[in-house]
Amino acid sequence: MIKLNNRDFEWEEGLTVQGLLDKKNYTYPKLIIKINHVLVLSEEYASTVIRDGDDVKVIHLLAGG
Amino acid sequence: MNIEKLKSAHKLLCEYKYELGKIEKGYTNRTLYINVGDNTISEKPVTQLMKDKFIGGKGFGLYYLWHAVTPKTKWNDPENEIVIGSGPIGGITQYPGAGKSLVCSISPLTGMPIDSNVGGYFGPLLKFSGFDALELQGKADKDVIIFIDGNKGTITIEEAPEEAIDSHVLGEQLTEMYAENEEDKRNISVVSAGSAANHAYMGLLNFTFYDVRRKQIRLKQAGRGGIGTVFRDKHIKALVIRFAGVKGNLNNADDQGKINRTGIKLHKEIHDFDAQQCRMRQVGTANIIEVMDQYDLLPTHNYKFGAHPDTHKISSKVFTGMITQNTPDGCWYGCSLSCAKAVDHFELRTGPYKGQKVIVDGPEYENAAGLGSNCGIFDPHDVLELNFYCDTYAIDTISYGTMTAFVMECYENGIINKEITGGLELNFGNADASLEMLHQMARGEGFGKLAGLGVRNLKRIFAEQYGGDPVFLNDIGMEQKGLEFSEYMPKESLAQQGGYGLTNKGPQHDEAWLIFMDMVNNQIPTFEDKAEALHYFPMFRTWFGLNGLCKLPWNDIIPASNKHSNEPAKIPEHVQNYVDIFNGVTGKNIDKEQLIVQSERVYNFQRIFNIRMGYGKRIHDAIPYRAMGPVTVEEYLSRADRYDGQLKELVGFNPEGKTTEEKMAALRSYREDQYQKLTDAVYKRRGWTMDGVPTIEHLQAIGMDLPEVIEVVKNHL
Ligand code: SF4
Repeated sequence: MIKLNNRDFEWEEGLTVQGLLDKKNYTYPKLIIKINHVLVLSEEYASTVIRDGDDVKVIHLLAGG
Repeated sequence: MNIEKLKSAHKLLCEYKYELGKIEKGYTNRTLYINVGDNTISEKPVTQLMKDKFIGGKGFGLYYLWHAVTPKTKWNDPENEIVIGSGPIGGITQYPGAGKSLVCSISPLTGMPIDSNVGGYFGPLLKFSGFDALELQGKADKDVIIFIDGNKGTITIEEAPEEAIDSHVLGEQLTEMYAENEEDKRNISVVSAGSAANHAYMGLLNFTFYDVRRKQIRLKQAGRGGIGTVFRDKHIKALVIRFAGVKGNLNNADDQGKINRTGIKLHKEIHDFDAQQCRMRQVGTANIIEVMDQYDLLPTHNYKFGAHPDTHKISSKVFTGMITQNTPDGCWYGCSLSCAKAVDHFELRTGPYKGQKVIVDGPEYENAAGLGSNCGIFDPHDVLELNFYCDTYAIDTISYGTMTAFVMECYENGIINKEITGGLELNFGNADASLEMLHQMARGEGFGKLAGLGVRNLKRIFAEQYGGDPVFLNDIGMEQKGLEFSEYMPKESLAQQGGYGLTNKGPQHDEAWLIFMDMVNNQIPTFEDKAEALHYFPMFRTWFGLNGLCKLPWNDIIPASNKHSNEPAKIPEHVQNYVDIFNGVTGKNIDKEQLIVQSERVYNFQRIFNIRMGYGKRIHDAIPYRAMGPVTVEEYLSRADRYDGQLKELVGFNPEGKTTEEKMAALRSYREDQYQKLTDAVYKRRGWTMDGVPTIEHLQAIGMDLPEVIEVVKNHL
């Protein structure tokens, strides 16, 4: 189990940031992603592996409309 | 187009000459008053109190409107005004998004003040012509055109019987008529309505700018709340301004260098990041159509659902292919975000202009969602045709889309039928029926004329005359305070329910758009967190309207620094930019906290204005249940896992073995209670009583304790 935006989310072996975005259908382009408070750059989404118990924040930057 | 013939039919009713003004630190320190009832024109000084308490733009608009009307004034009384103004920052060309006009009036839909924000060149040209704002009052006997020549210092009111009414024709006629030559056309801006604004309550105002590349006028809309209806009721055909000599330094800013530096920084961000972020320069606000669908936020079938399998047919990719590319589509000089997109050579298939090839200004996201998905219409050509006719007839696309979706649901439920609609088969997805209803609205005929009265009136009429169940009609009629909801699905975001419901003018998302912060990011989990957001964002966003600014360059482009910020939703670097350009223009020395207080004063003034007009209390902040949760079994079942899960986890109600109706009732009672608790928290944060009335202590603390304001408030405490 990981925390995704302070909510429980099922973890699986080998889950990457990109894999998480795909699973959640997070397609919005303006994201800030942090794992355990450390920023992940967009070019690292595919290679960054999430570990069990991680605290993941996927902040969608839209306060607009 | 025989311009000489049109012009020769004009009859001069009044001519006024004035001294050309001078702008000092963003202000001309003078406003213009025009009464089309008795053909008087005068000038008024801008007082220090106005500048200190109301800043400009919408602040000045509300201030003048307050003093023009009484609590009894109706939208179509001659004393109702339309006030148009820019704001102290308005007209600068160095920072993107500084050409907006703010328009205020008593709304035919809501019966209280409405404000609408619009591009096009009118506001800045008015300021350069010598006036911080313009009040229009009175009612003419016959159609008139008002012409302001900001170079010669003359203003005329002319009877104008022969010009067209619809904006795409009238705008061209008047640009041709009042420009001295082709080169001069860029110096003209026309404000006009259209034939449907003669009949419908949702009439808008078009503001033009002349597109020098296309050699045609473009239309930008002050859409919300029916101000175009007020304009036509006053028998104003158009308001035209001419000012030649726009330059970047006309505001006589206190510190031009500061403005230039801040602007260069933002231009660079747009250049570097827009292509990966919002693609505003490529497709404008339509970039979020499919995003909203993917997050279950795109209203479909009158807000029953938030996604539809056919959305790909009206996605931004489709519109990108139809929009003319690589054109600098800014709605004011210097806006490199250039989101004012257009489809050129669009051939119309219906209506009075059938067969003609026209420019369609848009589609904006709201148009695709309102005219399209919310009505189950997924053909991009239909969306563009509806968009074009709404604009030229002067109908607000948001109110039209939401009203049509409501009418379609009523039709599908048998509340109205073909006999009542005069043969229109208003099923979801029937674009031809929607178009015909719109043409009827423009002709003032049939069901279209009735539909133009808006959702609030239709709910009453469908219940009283056609036996519709008033409870169901109230649940599904997506209006609040008389204004139709804009096009986002708020069901799964309590904060956005507040962002729609706890507003001054009604459910328009320009005060707060909190869905991602709340529903996806989970950044504002408690009532207090949500209340803080529903304090900060409405105040911050009000400020754009005080200054003549566009909201989009605030957060539709994100600076590199933002990922390191601890308040990323606020885009702190851009907030500081606004503080800097305000100080740079006016010579004041505000900080980001004082910026919020500037807004708070006007925001509370507007709330009290609503109260003065008989609205603005807690009861008026209630929203229809369709905005909060599933009204019908069909809606519940479409997202049954989600709702069952919430019943277990949030409500403490075991859905096992329960009927859908029982589950719906439990969910409803929970969600309605949540909205009440949110309302309590927001009122508390805003310094209001639990009935939604600003307290005298709070008004004193923020410096909005003017005697006329306290006089109103004390009767409600
Ligand atoms: S961002 Fe778009 S709407 Fe705003 S000023 Fe620029 S072109 Fe106009």
